[in-house]
Amino acid sequence: MTEFALEEMILNMGPHHPSTHGVLRFIVRTDGEMMLRATPDVGFLHRGIEKIAELMPYESFMPYTDRIDYLSSLNCNLGYALTVERLAGIEAPEKAEYLRVIGAELTRIGSHLIAVGALLLDLGAVTPFVHALRERETYNSLMEMLCGARLTHHYVRIGGVAFDAPDGFIEKALSFVNHLEYEFLDEFNKLISFNSILIKRLANVGIITPEKALEFTLVGPNLRGSGIKFDLRKDEPYSIYDRFDFEIPSGSGKFGVQGDAYDRYWVRIEEIKQSCRIVRQAINQMPEHGEIKTKISKPFKIPAGEIYVRTECPRGELGFYLISAGGKTPYRLKIRTGSFSAMTIIEELSEGVMVADLVAIIGSLDVVAPEIDR
Amino acid sequence: MYSLADIIYRRMTETFGASDFLEPLFTIVSYLLPCIAILGIVSLISGALTLLERKISADIQNRIGPNRVGPFGIFQFIVDGVKLLLKEDIIPDAADKKLFRLAPYIVFSSTVLAVIVIPFGGPFIVADLNIGLLFIVVVSSLVVVGFMMSGWASNNKWALLGGIRSAAQIISYEIPVALSLLTVALITGTFSMQEIVKQQGLYPWQWFILHNPFTFIAFFIYFVSSLAEINRLPFDFPEAESELVSGYNTEYSGMRFGFFFVAEFANIFVSAALAAAVFLGGGNIGIDPYNSPLGYKLLMALVFFAKALSLCLVTIWVRWTLPRLRIDHMMSLCWKYFIPISVFCLVLTAAWLVAFKGNGVFWRIAG
Repeated sequence: MTEFALEEMILNMGPHHPSTHGVLRFIVRTDGEMMLRATPDVGFLHRGIEKIAELMPYESFMPYTDRIDYLSSLNCNLGYALTVERLAGIEAPEKAEYLRVIGAELTRIGSHLIAVGALLLDLGAVTPFVHALRERETYNSLMEMLCGARLTHHYVRIGGVAFDAPDGFIEKALSFVNHLEYEFLDEFNKLISFNSILIKRLANVGIITPEKALEFTLVGPNLRGSGIKFDLRKDEPYSIYDRFDFEIPSGSGKFGVQGDAYDRYWVRIEEIKQSCRIVRQAINQMPEHGEIKTKISKPFKIPAGEIYVRTECPRGELGFYLISAGGKTPYRLKIRTGSFSAMTIIEELSEGVMVADLVAIIGSLDVVAPEIDR
Repeated sequence: MYSLADIIYRRMTETFGASDFLEPLFTIVSYLLPCIAILGIVSLISGALTLLERKISADIQNRIGPNRVGPFGIFQFIVDGVKLLLKEDIIPDAADKKLFRLAPYIVFSSTVLAVIVIPFGGPFIVADLNIGLLFIVVVSSLVVVGFMMSGWASNNKWALLGGIRSAAQIISYEIPVALSLLTVALITGTFSMQEIVKQQGLYPWQWFILHNPFTFIAFFIYFVSSLAEINRLPFDFPEAESELVSGYNTEYSGMRFGFFFVAEFANIFVSAALAAAVFLGGGNIGIDPYNSPLGYKLLMALVFFAKALSLCLVTIWVRWTLPRLRIDHMMSLCWKYFIPISVFCLVLTAAWLVAFKGNGVFWRIAG
């Protein structure tokens, strides 16, 4: 009798593969359709941003923060600006803070639209992705009105923002968030969120228990998907987030176990709603006239010292650890991003699931490649 | 049994006179002409379906869709075909070259073979085989050989996975498809497609879908399983692009890929046409298909195409709405639900035929 040797197959998923957004690579060991382990291989998009920061003045580094996470460039701008401001002891004017919050929350909406859309695209549903992109187009146009750029906004400056809101921006932003919260999300949920095939694909897949989430230092929606209500906007308010009334959605095992891929998906959908609420409140509270930028000394120098500031990005906590030696440039800037910690848990989650589930897990963790490598 | 081939043969013997010398020639010509016509029609239909799919998906996704070539972009598929013909044809060095070349033709020809026994309404059928229904079931599963061949010959792991997935999937779903078609064959007592169409009628209550509750269930089982058999979403595992890059046709380019592409869309039409003919009355408008004026014959063809194309529309609509299942869900759906239910339908239809002397639900009312 012939003995059939059962071999493992080693698959190279990436760096160019349709479901590894950006340039990710997984070395996947499979046995047929079952996956034994997927080992992520990061570093394809390493640009040395942290080193670049040491070589240029504080203000000039701002455009590079756009490129940390291109889907939420304004939030990265904001994080860096807050870090530098706190170390330098500068306060941004009130109106600038409101404009920052409006911009940051709109960007969060735009980023989450891509996140849920791309997850659905990976699961084979093309139409919801295109619908999400349609809404993101409105967001892009809004940001173009505000700062002239559609993707890498470069809107926040140290000590304020670059431009005041142009005429008509406020009305358009209001109608956008109203449309999103009251019309689009309902339609989107009817179209796909409660689809039984989607629920079967996402529920009980890639379960992250709260303990495991803490162990792997997950942050942002991935952490909240596991049921831990931790949001820096609420728990450690920065900028003017303490003035707004909003909730922190968290995973509750809507269709499966707490912390599964569906919970992470659903947390993002709910966060879009909360961001809409924040934008609406910020627009109502924003003073009509006022300074938008505090004057900073030129050349801009920061007294020696060090600081760690973390802000809530769409992909979770974005931390800047800044050491100044008193010169025009940082002595050292360390950036801590959400996708990196999300990436570490994939190897653990991938054991013994199917190849199709790996795609769902990567998508539900909302990993963005440039943010991992920086 | 009258088919296009029979009609052409008769016409030729009438015109040229019957002789032993010319008879083989007549036979060959009478089958060859409709076959060539079918090749053209299949290509045209699958081209039209690609355009339809792009237009419908554009509508569903708030886009415009192709609109550059001709009015409303109706010549887009011709341009696409020309593009595929002109593209460089790459065969990977490590590929098994013979199998790699052969695979697209197997897939394509098995699809076209199935069209031979599709009754296009009236007398328009290439060959009315007395095993027509079985012939389709057999021939359409030949596609698997081509898929496996292309997956294996590409020497690419994604292609191999795609090929194996397609084998597992198509062979599994072949069973519910065949069983639900057999449910109708039980009622008709024949496998001849023309005869199956003939036993139905113009009105919906004369169709086999409404013959009894079990054929009604069988229709839906057939339709969903046929989606799996032709690799359409939500069952498009062999080419699941976000998982397997492009599945079995990852390494194909140019016209070799074009053959897979045409075959895929021709398959959509074949399965829709089969459902239309077997369950939805085909081109039957209650008139004798052979001894009626040409206008009526064309009307029958029109009715048939209307039914088949509306099923194609549903297929396309489903693709652009649903996400993909997972492969184990798909398998359990087939083996745990579809096969038992279709066996159940088959047995209970047999019981129904005995109990009600072969009459359908509405046939008793309509008399």
